[in-house]
Amino acid sequence: MMQSNNAQDAAMPSGRGSGQPPLVEMRDISISFGGIKAVDHVSVDLYPGEVVGLLGHNGAGKSTLIKVLSGAYQMDHGEIRINGTPVEITNPRDARANNIETIYQTLALADNLDATSNLFLGRELITPFGLVNDAAMEAECRKIMAQLNPNFQKFNDPVSALSGGQRQSVAIARAVYFNARILIMDEPTAALGPHETQMVADLIQQLKAQGIGIFLIDHDVHAVMELCDRASVMKNGQLVGTVDIADVTDDDLLSMIILGKTPDQVKEKDT
Amino acid sequence: MTDTSSQPIPQKVKRGLFQQLELDMRLLGMIGAFLILCIGFNIVTDGRFLTARNLFNLSIQTVSVAIMACGMVFIIVTRHIDLSVGALLATTSAVMAMTQTELLPHMLGLGLDNPATWAITLVVGLAVGTLIGAFHGWMVGYLTIPAFIVTLGGFLVWRNVAWYLTSGQTIGPLDSNFLMFGGTNGTLGTTASWMIGLFATAIAIWALWSARRAKAAHGFPVKPAWAEATLACVIACAILGYVYILNSYAIPTRKLQRMFEAKGETMPEGLVVGYGLPISVLILIIVAVTLTIVARKTRFGRYIFATGGNPDAAELSGINTRLLTVKIFALMGFLCALSAVVASARLANHSNDIGTLDELRVIAAAVIGGTALSGGIGTIYGAILGALIMQALQSGMAMVGVDAPFQNIVVGSVLVLAVYIDIVYRKRLGAK
Ligand SMILES: Nc1ncnc2c1ncn2[C@@H]1O[C@H](COP(=O)(O)OP(=O)(O)O)[C@@H](O)[C@H]1O
Ligand SMILES: [Mg+2]
Repeated sequence: MMQSNNAQDAAMPSGRGSGQPPLVEMRDISISFGGIKAVDHVSVDLYPGEVVGLLGHNGAGKSTLIKVLSGAYQMDHGEIRINGTPVEITNPRDARANNIETIYQTLALADNLDATSNLFLGRELITPFGLVNDAAMEAECRKIMAQLNPNFQKFNDPVSALSGGQRQSVAIARAVYFNARILIMDEPTAALGPHETQMVADLIQQLKAQGIGIFLIDHDVHAVMELCDRASVMKNGQLVGTVDIADVTDDDLLSMIILGKTPDQVKEKDT
Repeated sequence: MTDTSSQPIPQKVKRGLFQQLELDMRLLGMIGAFLILCIGFNIVTDGRFLTARNLFNLSIQTVSVAIMACGMVFIIVTRHIDLSVGALLATTSAVMAMTQTELLPHMLGLGLDNPATWAITLVVGLAVGTLIGAFHGWMVGYLTIPAFIVTLGGFLVWRNVAWYLTSGQTIGPLDSNFLMFGGTNGTLGTTASWMIGLFATAIAIWALWSARRAKAAHGFPVKPAWAEATLACVIACAILGYVYILNSYAIPTRKLQRMFEAKGETMPEGLVVGYGLPISVLILIIVAVTLTIVARKTRFGRYIFATGGNPDAAELSGINTRLLTVKIFALMGFLCALSAVVASARLANHSNDIGTLDELRVIAAAVIGGTALSGGIGTIYGAILGALIMQALQSGMAMVGVDAPFQNIVVGSVLVLAVYIDIVYRKRLGAK
């Protein structure tokens, strides 16, 4: 159903191994909430056109780690580099300014507003008089939803009236509409059926081919095996290890998640 | 991924007259309640309620609370509350009374009826109100003290700052130009009122038409033309009918005589002059229209509703919700000062108890008008209708001769009942 990941890697001139600095480097990130070390000295990186999976039990710290990158949380310690340059991300506006887009696990939708208002929230299209241009935004929203979820029709209802899958597609639309370079997807298929999940998988392939780097948090090890180039596994706030998907089996990943140890034969070679 | 760039938009099959008109059922319900109230009181009072005179008075009595209720909508929509609006009205009223009677005459040598006095007073009052409001907003937004606490404190502080500033004394008479904002002493006369009515009608129809055109231009479904035309007719009738009523309330002959004498002329025998639109009501209309546009058509308004619907989502979308809170409370402070202008001008002086209990009336007006305390939902026109319904109840009962304690008992019960009906209605609709 999916092409092999190695073939994709070969087709990516800007990907890992080309000698360029990574698109994103998160170095030695720590953040704690009142004594709980939610993320404890974790380093991950991401190259253009690459999908890196983040795996781990509930409460492992995956969402917290990516929220540092998306500007929702401020880290206590660590450094973020984009294309090799250190950046300050102190709020979501900074992240957006760096073309980082996020699909949050909670979706982060304003339930009382319609799909269009949510899609453009914080980035409304404006008429020459400085008023929001609802008609133009709705037209854009219809265009992107036609691509992402052709069955979507409820453009004038508050998103509280939508199904879980429809809400998820609104959140996905918001992340991909604004030309992201770095895309964070926190369990993007949690509320989706098999058909819609497949559409998200196709979307990930398409975005990857455009050279976008993607962090994908997913509970489903099989999905990670199919979609990702590398996977980083977390446990209790710490990084268990990062592996090349080509080198591991489903069981290797599962044992990393459960035991918190990287099998010796698959330890990532330094690049 | 399918690559359909666009697709036909299925036209929903719509039945029912109301659905075709796409009217807000809530709005209709409130207008219905208001009409029933008016007709009921009119029957009980043998036709004294629905007179031009009473409707004129009802209008000018509602203005002060209605202006503040508009601001309260934004406050409550963002899940805050403001308990200090009555006290803030008192402080700004005191500041303005002191400015025009003490400060300006003594410091700048401007006499009480100098043409500059009212303008300077207004600027000072509005600035003070805005600053105090912004200060509240800063404490709520940046210091993260709950708005309930900040404004409960503000309620005590500003009520007593007003007392302290004036030593508890009534200050008056106020500047005669300033009194124009009060109602009876400042109306536009019949001709100007008709012109404003026609202008407003033209604007309303243009707004309907341009909204329809924008939808059609993108191929979105639009209402049938007859529905749009009916709506335009209803709006035109409402606006012009209201102007007609205000115009047909004639200035009492004796008052008219004095007005002519003041200008050194004699009044022609048998002259009848209508009051027309009070300036205070015009201010309310301008506030309402502006804030409705702000709510629906500006980023600021969109962010207010987004923040009320899901504060975390708003923050994650890059909205500076703290600064937004400051702006909303600053706007509330500005509107309190504006209400203070209207209220003190209507009473022709500043009294120590001005604005007492207004915070409760203002919150009640917003809530009766459909603003949800859980945030994210509310309309400006709803709040104004809420204020109007409460004032109609109060005035009607006074006219019927209901004792003062019973008046308040009824108003309080109506508030609770209105919210209950709203809950039932929303449950039926399946909304949250
Ligand atoms: N805002 C917060 N306040 C307090 N604790 C938090 C907060 N966010 C996350 N945590 C804690 O941090 C840990 C990691 O949570 P999270 O990143 O959501 O895990 P995951 O996404 O891997 O399931 C959990 O113990 C969680 O309770
Ligand atoms: Mg999570």
